[in-house]
Amino acid sequence: MSHPAELHADHGHADHGHGGHGEDPIHFSVRGYLIGFALSVVLTAIPFWLVMAKVIPSSTGAAVAVLLIALVQILVHMVFFLHLDAKSQGGWNMLALIFTLVLVVIMLAGSLWVMHHMNANMMPMPMSPHEMRNMP
Amino acid sequence: MSETVPMNPDGDLTVVPPVFLDLKGHHHPENGTLLGFWIYLMSDCLIFACLFAAYGVLGRNYAGGPSGAELFELPLVAVNTGLLLLSSITYGFGMVSMQSGRKGGVLAWLAITGLLGAGFIGIELYEFTHLIAEGAGPQRSAFLTSFFSLVGTHGLHVTFGIVWLLVLMTQVTRFGLTPANRRRLFCLSMFWHFLDVVWVGVFTFVYLMGVLP
Amino acid sequence: MFEPATAPETVSPLFGRLSLSSIPYHEPILVATFAGVALGGLLVLGLLTKFRLWGPLWRDWFTSIDHKKIGIMYMVLGLVMLLRGFADALMMRAQQAVAFGDNPGFLPPHHYDQVFTAHGVIMIFFVAMPFITGLMNYVVPLQIGARDVAFPFLNNFSFWMTTAGSVLVMLSLFIGEFARTGWLAYPPLSDIVHSPDTGVDYYIWALQIAGIGTTLSGINLLVTIIKMRAPGMHLMRMPVFTWTSLCSNVLIVASFPVLTAALAMLTLDRYLGTHFFTNDFGGNPMMYINLIWIWGHPEVYILILPLFGVYSEVVATYSGKRLFGYSSMVYATVCITILSYLVWLHHFFTMGSGASVNSFFGITTMIISIPTGAKIFNWLFTMYRGRIRLEVPMLWTLGFMVTFTVGGMTGVLLAVPPADFVLHNSLFLIAHFHNVIIGGVVFGVFAAMTYWFPKAFGFRLDEFWGRMAFWLWLAGYWFAFTPLYVLGLMGVTRRMNHFDDLSLQPYFIVAAFGALLIAAGIGSFLMCLFVSFRKREQLRDVTGDPWHGRTLEWSTSSPPPEYNFAFTPVVHDTDAWWDMKQLGFQRPQSGFLPIHMPKNTAAGIILAGISLVFGFAMIWHIWWLVVVTFAAAVISAIAHTFNYNRDYNIPADVVARTEAARTQQLVSTHV
Repeated sequence: MSHPAELHADHGHADHGHGGHGEDPIHFSVRGYLIGFALSVVLTAIPFWLVMAKVIPSSTGAAVAVLLIALVQILVHMVFFLHLDAKSQGGWNMLALIFTLVLVVIMLAGSLWVMHHMNANMMPMPMSPHEMRNMP
Repeated sequence: MSETVPMNPDGDLTVVPPVFLDLKGHHHPENGTLLGFWIYLMSDCLIFACLFAAYGVLGRNYAGGPSGAELFELPLVAVNTGLLLLSSITYGFGMVSMQSGRKGGVLAWLAITGLLGAGFIGIELYEFTHLIAEGAGPQRSAFLTSFFSLVGTHGLHVTFGIVWLLVLMTQVTRFGLTPANRRRLFCLSMFWHFLDVVWVGVFTFVYLMGVLP
Repeated sequence: MFEPATAPETVSPLFGRLSLSSIPYHEPILVATFAGVALGGLLVLGLLTKFRLWGPLWRDWFTSIDHKKIGIMYMVLGLVMLLRGFADALMMRAQQAVAFGDNPGFLPPHHYDQVFTAHGVIMIFFVAMPFITGLMNYVVPLQIGARDVAFPFLNNFSFWMTTAGSVLVMLSLFIGEFARTGWLAYPPLSDIVHSPDTGVDYYIWALQIAGIGTTLSGINLLVTIIKMRAPGMHLMRMPVFTWTSLCSNVLIVASFPVLTAALAMLTLDRYLGTHFFTNDFGGNPMMYINLIWIWGHPEVYILILPLFGVYSEVVATYSGKRLFGYSSMVYATVCITILSYLVWLHHFFTMGSGASVNSFFGITTMIISIPTGAKIFNWLFTMYRGRIRLEVPMLWTLGFMVTFTVGGMTGVLLAVPPADFVLHNSLFLIAHFHNVIIGGVVFGVFAAMTYWFPKAFGFRLDEFWGRMAFWLWLAGYWFAFTPLYVLGLMGVTRRMNHFDDLSLQPYFIVAAFGALLIAAGIGSFLMCLFVSFRKREQLRDVTGDPWHGRTLEWSTSSPPPEYNFAFTPVVHDTDAWWDMKQLGFQRPQSGFLPIHMPKNTAAGIILAGISLVFGFAMIWHIWWLVVVTFAAAVISAIAHTFNYNRDYNIPADVVARTEAARTQQLVSTHV
């Protein structure tokens, strides 16, 4: 379709981060990126330290901690680097993201759950003839 | 006709018929590039989700071969993570320059970003060749297959991003910070930050969790 | 059990594993087919040259970025591939009608397996998908009051990528062989050990190339619907067809990546010896089936949702009434969209995930039938107390309501895991999915084609042949698949090329008769197109609104001008065009403005052509060509981005003249 922004290139919209009428102008600031960077460095250093120094004895515990921290860091990236908010593109960016995340959760959790059961039922340990005769 | 009567589109019908046409040509559909690119990124997210799922299912199938604990060099991964993270803010500084219309600033920050990205890929290639030389290539086991595919796909995306970055630098140099080029810079920005987000998932789910017993 | 495909492959650096022995000289069916295709092809090429149509074809169609032209090209592609896919169906019916006891039939397993695989792949990916994409492409921008889609160049590119995929599938008839794995190519049968020849590779690359086109098209239509609606057209004022298109495209964007990933993993296994789905070294073939159905179930909703939208438009138009329960239709569609991601395991209840997993997915599958049921009631309530006109699209819709409902019910039966353990991969399953796909998708496509044909071409389709096509299809479907339901309940398995039990033969003969009726139905539709073209002046519609329509596409001329609307409509209610007609809308006679439109481009067809050669090179292991075409594709794509000059203006006086001609045309119909 038409690219009206190009017709209006001389209207002074050019200094916004992205062209087109009526779009929410995103304001890029050095400060925002530095804060995001600082937070990300911290949120990266901590999990690396937790694992490399074997701080949490249980594997599951360590895994949960590391995953949670990763989720927080992803949020930091979304806010400070991707400038995600509920208003960009009329809320459609956020809606698309939430829908995608729901699907990712369904796909990951669903696949792990299904495949765990498949493996348990369909890849049994080798059995003696006696055990095989007594299968239900 | 009602074309000269500016009225509430849902106006009172007993007075005049409502306006059915945009006779002044005021309506311009908003440019869809940024939304379209975001939606593409969401679809890319799902491709990575499948690769993560495959790694989740197959990631402990060592087939008698080496495991993550034996293979992964976490300090190197930390360095790589640092490079990519740094490249994210250098791109961000490029966007700040774009906002002020400083073409030189944009080009400089983009160049630095590209170099950091190339460093990331360089280290990753080193890691991969090292693993393959040790006999721990993608054909060794399902764990290694899923490792190489997930990390490799991310690396391919970064490589593609670098190529795109070089093309954009050429286009900005030649044509300046036109609205079309700004849109493209913004799309690449989204792409680049998205890759950093995926990397957070990779270093967490693959490397850190991979060395846990 | 696994017969070697052909003699050991000859491999050369220049031609990869392509050699003269790849050409099936010894298969009479293929030789005859090739002769037919070659003759027909030469005839078409000859006619094009004789009437000097190459120039117009290239300029006005192949390089067009107009959504209307692209929509029509998709429909043509779908129709051509329907003929190929149906030929496969006829061969299967013929084989299964005669191959009992001592009679081996005329298709040995080696070929029969390719026929049923090709049938499925073609019908889903190269008939149904192009048809729905074509319909959505043509209609949605018009319905929302837009002048084109959001990314017109991508639209053109998407079409040619889909075509490239079709060409690869067709090439497999004459060069090498196609897959023998069924339309989803499950490993380990599809892995490099058990399918070493080109078959699965044709499958993979045809789908990956077409898949890129489909995904981009999904993004395109999504952004179009979100961003380019006419002022005043809030989401809840959109036509229902646009709503279902929106949801279908959400499903496309959110599910095709999974297909891409799963096929890419299979590709890595085949080309690089990785272990995603192998039997050894820790691979897990069940993971492929899991992933492919995470895509596969949303895919069937991708196919049906646009047609549900078509039925809504048709029922409302031909009942002369506003659609009953607009909001509930929208909510039902959105529910179906979300729920379609929670049912995928019902395609492999028998693979062994156990009772708890099976119960969960069985219940979700039953739940998803509810919103569809709600839609059926809404259509019935729309018809109730309406002034029903039994035009051909309405006939197709009524046929759908009866046929699809039965198919849906057998679906709910299959959703019960213990029942599915008996019926999985039996002919009952085959009957079920053909029931819903033919009753739902195919009937809907014919309804849509008949409904919107006058808009696209300016004349209606012939009534007699249209009705003929409908009755033959309806009867044909029931004769062809009812016996399969019975056979399935008796325990007969799918994908068999020969049976020992002669008592089954009568059922298969009835089914073959049904297939012949459908063939006649297809023939009638082709006849309909031909006769309508010949009688086009008699069938001419100059009003642009032959059915007293309710939505904005009917406000334009038939066919619409290149720019669709001289002025963007302003919308106040659902059924915007009906609203305009009721409230005394007047066409403006002056004040036309220049209109900004995108230019045609050859970049799409060129890039898709390069992709086609790339796919061919990958299939035949012609590595130098792989490198060359990959580089060419990257360079072409980058070169295209250096073209900033993609738009032009239609001058105001051209618009004025076009609109004046249309006003004249409308005035003359009132005389």
